[in-house]
Amino acid sequence: MIKTPEFNKFAGTNKYIVSPALQNAVNVAIALGRPLLVKGEPGTGKTLLAHNIALGLSKKLIVWNVKSTTKARDGLYFYDTVQRLNDARFGDRDISDIQQYIKLGKLGEAFIAPEQGVLLIDEVDKADIEFPNDLLNELDDMSFYIPETKKTITAQHRPIVIVTSNSEKELPDAFLRRCVFHYIEFPDSEMMEQIARVHFPAVEKNLLKDVLKQFYFLRQIDEFRKKPSTSELLDWVQALIAGGVSPGKVEKEIPFLGVLLKKEADVEYFQARSSGTQGARFKFYKQY
Amino acid sequence: MFTSFFYTLKKYKVPVSITEWMALIEALNQGYAWSNLTDFYFLARSLLVKSETFYDQYDLAFQEVFKGIETPPEIRDEVLEWLKNPLNQLPFSPEELAKIKQLDIEELLRLFEERLREQREAHHGGSKWIGTGGTSPFGHSGYHPGGIRVGGESRNRSAVKIAAERRFKNYRSDLTLDVRQIKVALKKLRHLSRIGPEDELDLENTVDKTSKNAGDLELVWMRSRQNAAKLLLLMDVGGSMDLHITLCSRLFSAAHSTNHFKDLQYYYFHNCIYDKLYKDVERWDSIVTSSLLLTLPGDYKVIIVGDASMATSELIARYGSIHYHDQNETPGIEWLKRLSDHFSHCVWINPDNPSYWNHLTVATIKHLFPMYPLTVEGIEQAVQKLVVKH
Repeated sequence: MIKTPEFNKFAGTNKYIVSPALQNAVNVAIALGRPLLVKGEPGTGKTLLAHNIALGLSKKLIVWNVKSTTKARDGLYFYDTVQRLNDARFGDRDISDIQQYIKLGKLGEAFIAPEQGVLLIDEVDKADIEFPNDLLNELDDMSFYIPETKKTITAQHRPIVIVTSNSEKELPDAFLRRCVFHYIEFPDSEMMEQIARVHFPAVEKNLLKDVLKQFYFLRQIDEFRKKPSTSELLDWVQALIAGGVSPGKVEKEIPFLGVLLKKEADVEYFQARSSGTQGARFKFYKQY
Repeated sequence: MFTSFFYTLKKYKVPVSITEWMALIEALNQGYAWSNLTDFYFLARSLLVKSETFYDQYDLAFQEVFKGIETPPEIRDEVLEWLKNPLNQLPFSPEELAKIKQLDIEELLRLFEERLREQREAHHGGSKWIGTGGTSPFGHSGYHPGGIRVGGESRNRSAVKIAAERRFKNYRSDLTLDVRQIKVALKKLRHLSRIGPEDELDLENTVDKTSKNAGDLELVWMRSRQNAAKLLLLMDVGGSMDLHITLCSRLFSAAHSTNHFKDLQYYYFHNCIYDKLYKDVERWDSIVTSSLLLTLPGDYKVIIVGDASMATSELIARYGSIHYHDQNETPGIEWLKRLSDHFSHCVWINPDNPSYWNHLTVATIKHLFPMYPLTVEGIEQAVQKLVVKH
């Protein structure tokens, strides 16, 4: 059997490079109509993926940013009781019409959209541990019931659901079983070069080579609290271009170190390490 | 024929369920990843494996099932499809392809040597001689399921090779630890209770009060649920613990940067806990252990980190401390008992490999405190122990 063309829907955009594995996962998720759960180190482009799927397939993107206080129902609808109580008290609206106090959440919005959209549920692990489980039925059936108005909201078109997680908490098994899962690996230097090229087409080849060398040197230092990631690299390249730094300089030292290392302890550690003096090292270890 | 893959995954402790397996079958039925083992590798991984910590086990299982792909007869169809080289499409029907003789490896090698002896010139195409193209089992860029490639470059980066690279070895939860992973593990240490300012609308009571108030709106607020877990971290430093300094400092910085606990207190000791605990690694600034027991309520969760190996006298003798000037009246074991009596939830995390835990003092301490290795899995288990009610 030959792969049907509809399976190869998403192939990245001109600003977003996808690995074959990720492309595969995205297309499987679309084909099977299951949510795609994306995990990965911060700065590997999890959130951007949804934006680029929407862009690449020219669909509307609906973003649901999950916070620690978010509850599953917030995504479905919100019943503004306080407003209704207030109206009951001051009586300037017909309070028997409950419909006007029901506001659809992001998931509800995606359901009633006239055409298929992309729904991004961002950082799902931030919410309470039961949060994803509470959404299982809604994501499976693509419909939910509003008891207040006795209405059922059913999806016109099954949205493409992308769920991102920073793995701050374990996700419940029942939720995982229904997802397509992909872990975005940290790009290797070849792929990183492509990514940098996409963002800075005019960057000098030698500069990029040195930049990548230094970047992966920093990446392999395990003592860092927060290793620099793709977004930091891109910022750094931009800073280097703006600062007119020559490639030779990057080879010897790391200008604008603050763009790459965001934690004070990391900067201190790195400086102590590169200066190699006993005193600086002692100062570092003394903290612990 | 795929079922063996399912059970191999199970064998490697990848948590796969029937639901996921059915999803894979559904995708295959829809014609996905049919023509290419590499696609199959990614497809199966995205549907069956739900955490990067199992990617490595998946790779191992995949290797085991598909490694011998050149020989086992039960996956011959797979082989045919897999070896199909898009740059070198052959005008054969599947029936013809099936007729191409499958050879086992010994016979293949024997034939190869034989043919090498007989062959006198370059040969391309055809079905017998070593050369490029054609369907001879020997040579390269040709087509024969399970042949020997001689020179040339592999045109497909095979899925088995991707699996064999085991690039996800470092993500296994039972092997490695970085600050982030420890943080994730520690996050599970929570004890939710309603504390802090009253900032959440208590809807039910509001409606209740309002109706009692004859419709005059009266808002009722309540405290929101927050983590009330308090942590006491005691760390062994110096001596044999120097070996583990990196790991321990990661655990420490994870606990320290998780602003998720209501309170975190940490102290240091050397080898065993006696009448004093230290606020700094150099052990200059100290507090009296008994005052700690008096001031901290018993609901603090206690994590003790140490290798628990020491001279027996350090644990059970009076004046047993390794530091001469310490002069402990009470033996260390007594202090440990007091700690475990006072705090209801204590665990001991040991950075040594559990195979060394038969040391006399380790075994003794293990009786007092549940002991776990310093791995993500170990910390997870320890945290689980800390949150159970008893």
